[in-house]
Amino acid sequence: MGYYNIQEEKVFNSGHAACPGCSEALAIRYIINTLGPDSIGVVPPSCIAIISGPQPLSSMRMPVYQTTLEASAASATGISRALKAKGNDHTNVVVIAGDGGTYDIGFQSLSSAAERNEDFIYVCLDNEGYMNTGAQKSSSTPYLAYTTSTPSGKPTPKKNLAEIMAAHRIPYVATATTGYPEDLARKVARAKELKGTGLRFILVLTPCLDGWGVADHAGPKTSRLAVETGVFPLYEVEYGERYTLNFGSKGTPVQAYLSQQSRYKHLRPEQIQEIQSQVDANWERLRERFSVP
Amino acid sequence: MSGERILVNGNHAAAYGVRLARPMVVPVYPITPQTPIVEKISEFQAEGQMEVELVTAESEHSAMSACITASLTGVRVFTATASQGLMLMHEMLHYASGARAPIVMVNVNRTIGSPWGFWPDQTDSLAQRDTGWIQYYCESGQESLDTILQAFRVAEKVLLPAMVVHEAFYVSHSLEVVEVPAQELADQFLPPFTPPHRLDPEIKESWGNTVNQDMFYRHRKTLGEAMDNALAAAKEADADYRALVGRGYGIIEEYRCDNPEIIIATMGSMTGTAREAVDELRAEGLAVGLLKVKLFRPFPLKDVRRALTGVPKVVVLDRNFAPGTGGFLHQEMKAALYGMSDGPEVHGYLAGVGGTNIPPAKIKDMVREALAEKAAAEPVWKG
Repeated sequence: MGYYNIQEEKVFNSGHAACPGCSEALAIRYIINTLGPDSIGVVPPSCIAIISGPQPLSSMRMPVYQTTLEASAASATGISRALKAKGNDHTNVVVIAGDGGTYDIGFQSLSSAAERNEDFIYVCLDNEGYMNTGAQKSSSTPYLAYTTSTPSGKPTPKKNLAEIMAAHRIPYVATATTGYPEDLARKVARAKELKGTGLRFILVLTPCLDGWGVADHAGPKTSRLAVETGVFPLYEVEYGERYTLNFGSKGTPVQAYLSQQSRYKHLRPEQIQEIQSQVDANWERLRERFSVP
Repeated sequence: MSGERILVNGNHAAAYGVRLARPMVVPVYPITPQTPIVEKISEFQAEGQMEVELVTAESEHSAMSACITASLTGVRVFTATASQGLMLMHEMLHYASGARAPIVMVNVNRTIGSPWGFWPDQTDSLAQRDTGWIQYYCESGQESLDTILQAFRVAEKVLLPAMVVHEAFYVSHSLEVVEVPAQELADQFLPPFTPPHRLDPEIKESWGNTVNQDMFYRHRKTLGEAMDNALAAAKEADADYRALVGRGYGIIEEYRCDNPEIIIATMGSMTGTAREAVDELRAEGLAVGLLKVKLFRPFPLKDVRRALTGVPKVVVLDRNFAPGTGGFLHQEMKAALYGMSDGPEVHGYLAGVGGTNIPPAKIKDMVREALAEKAAAEPVWKG
């Protein structure tokens, strides 16, 4: 047991290749240490593949299959069905993919796996861009954020993947972030508990120090501000209908979140106000979901 | 233990072969003219004749992706595709052989767009010749059925994926009487697949991690050795199958090749037509033989050279086309025969590209023309 009250089995090890202070390493720790060693991982090209380790090294005490960028959900399907055919009902199959491999190129296979309700856990470590290739825009990149492929700021909003996945009416959809590790670990444990019911999807916001322009020590703080400002509320959805709010907006102005990150440093005051209005509107829209009896 | 004789089309014959092989996972995606294969397998499963996990994927790319991991998890895997579907799989074909996943897939040869067509043309699978897949070309439903069982045996022995290929409509949708071997014989020929290396938390082996240059070099070299070993494995599998079931095909077939003036070399359904042309020409007094290349990858170089040693001419008929070079078999034959002191002159005819009809009479004309003329270096369009 560490600083937090989280039960961990040591599957993820030190000596991995993540940047110092990386939020993804933290997320991976709580994900696979919660799932335990009776698990098989699927990882597409991403920072996660780097963290997982080059041959013959591995930072994870579990088998990991590194697949192609668009095929994670299909690859996990193959493992899950083969285990079923062999009568194995205990081994967890977990995809850990980035937002490029999930929101963009991997979305077709993910949507199909959700429609078929395949029995595995899909975790998207969302750092809002192709950070492993040097910070290009993905469809998860937020409105007006700088990336190397949107040097003037992204002209369109972030795709709402949690809601899209909820619309597939799979057993479990959750949002989480590394600033709330106990909440993250609890959601992974919940997803593990729901093995046998079908696809379980967890979207984890993981601030990228380099890609977002965040100080080395400021990953968790930035993550908490994303929640407190209402930019990234933490909630769960069961079967597309039962919504539970875990941590939502505290009414903190969005500027407090944006000012932590150099990817927003080009913003004019009216642009910050525009983002504030969008965040407020999104938060109001989401709140309606929780008011259903 | 004699088999059952049934009247089925080529695709359904293939599905019976798959049923005999007892795969545990079959990812599927429909595409004309392959669909009857996966329809029949779905029917077998629904009727309880096959115990199999069917994955109705949203694309051929995902179907192949699921095939690879299911295979690496340690179960026998089958899928089928054609044309555009095979094109979409291309990335994962390389991935499958690199991962050493012994998947067996039927590809039904069909023209590749643009423009759209549904016609028998082997360019789709031949264009995948460098993906590290074993490739068999079949001329009938019976041959496809038998070859699927052999392909699993070879693939699982050398740990490479294998493609069993037959052509659209001429084979896929033509009815023929097919003998389905007894399940006991198939089980004897093809024991359960139990690989020592697999995705398994007890073993903790991983796949696909980044490697350095030296490791990549070694990996490719080992893959090449596995492909080389597939030649002997294919011969052995065919001999064992013949001994057990009473039918065999060889990795090449030499038909009436005694003392020939010229040999026709071809693959797939064209061999059936060429066999008729050979019979007719022989009856007319012309010394003609037929060389059928059944195993295309690995290319049976030594067997082809032996078959053509001392033969004055070979006329290669290609129902496929690679712009800029010509017929695939023509290229392969020229490369295989290069440097032989007593090798044949090689004529390359593009015949049946796009699915045009090539009756025996046309093949006879081409043989006479090749006999009368000096071979051109380039391929010649023959309709």
